[in-house]
Amino acid sequence: MSNDTIAAPRSAHTPQYKRHKTGRASFEMMAWLFMRLSGVVLVVLIFGHLFVNLMLGQGIHAIDFGFVAGKWSSPFWQVWDLLMLWLAMLHGTNGVRTIINDYAERNGTRMTLKTVLYIAAAVIIVLGTLVIFTFDPCPAGAVTDLPSFCPVP
Amino acid sequence: MSPIETAETAPEPASKIDLPAHLGGGGGEIPSFDITLRVRRFDPETSAESTWEDFAMTMYGTDRVLDALHKVKWEQDGSLSFRRSCAHGVCGSDAMRINGRNRLACKTLLKDLDTSKPITVEPIKGLPVEKDLIVDMEPFFQSYREIMPFLINTGHEPAKERLQSAEERERFDDTTKCILCAACTSSCPVFWTDGQYFGPAAIVNAHRFIFDSRDDAGDLRLEILNDKEGVWRCRTTFNCSEACPRGIQVTQAIAEVKQAILSRKI
Repeated sequence: MSNDTIAAPRSAHTPQYKRHKTGRASFEMMAWLFMRLSGVVLVVLIFGHLFVNLMLGQGIHAIDFGFVAGKWSSPFWQVWDLLMLWLAMLHGTNGVRTIINDYAERNGTRMTLKTVLYIAAAVIIVLGTLVIFTFDPCPAGAVTDLPSFCPVP
Repeated sequence: MSPIETAETAPEPASKIDLPAHLGGGGGEIPSFDITLRVRRFDPETSAESTWEDFAMTMYGTDRVLDALHKVKWEQDGSLSFRRSCAHGVCGSDAMRINGRNRLACKTLLKDLDTSKPITVEPIKGLPVEKDLIVDMEPFFQSYREIMPFLINTGHEPAKERLQSAEERERFDDTTKCILCAACTSSCPVFWTDGQYFGPAAIVNAHRFIFDSRDDAGDLRLEILNDKEGVWRCRTTFNCSEACPRGIQVTQAIAEVKQAILSRKI
């Protein structure tokens, strides 16, 4: 009779409210701040890069292997490109991290996607940095396919 | 003849002001129109799926969506379930998704909607539906409770009221208008993803105390909102500001809380 319990209604899905404190205090704040600051710096770096490469002098027609080699022989452009590489990679990685956090529903999926993301970002950052600093247009010992400005051995 | 009877039978005195007809002075008919109300129905006792159901009715230019829902419930289908208390935009019970936008059913006039097409009414999104237009508000109120929406003052209790200048009151005036209807939180795409984000409403109510000169627990609330699921998840999509039936500048309030955390930490 009235002692019968009424079964709980079956809701479509009940998201459990399971917020918990994480150890990384203020990490999200630093990430948020980094996105704003790196964004502003990247606007200058990228448009400067595009202007110098595509507009100055002969413009787009000047771009070839020698042009890049010439740029990277100057420490100024090495630092410029290094900054652009690091900031763009970290900015983009953090953006994708946010998207994964938002849209991956299961913890396993989230972990997997973020692991792939971090490995990819690390490989590109390390490889790019290595290329910028160790780039040598005229490697010793090479005989064929050298650009014309290299000293003839 | 008693005085009461006189009052009932005597004709009203003529109005001293004659309004022209184009201003509605004629006291003419209220325009009526036929509408189709398309309601998202869900009954967990009969089906795990929700379905659309159409109701046709004749309504008047002074009617709101809530009146149409009442007409359905009282005259066509008594099983239709929805929340409403004051029915005048103060209690915040009847937030629902009307024609794809979060609004209060009691503040949305039918004549302001496109009555030539069916008017869709759905429960607000991101919270578990219990029946028809009723959702489980518990996750919403849990994050509201977490920001401690009450005055915390560590000083001596004054013998009279705590004084505050008009400027100090103005600082958080906008966020005092919240009626906790959940229209903002349930319009937020970040809240939709996993329901763990504090949500605009909780941040608005934290803002109301953080910027109150009489309150001493601002730092505590800022620390709570500096969480992984706190203000930094806000993407400034402005859905909340658009949804708020009280016109609170929600996104701006969230931005001010972000600024407060930043200036406190750095």
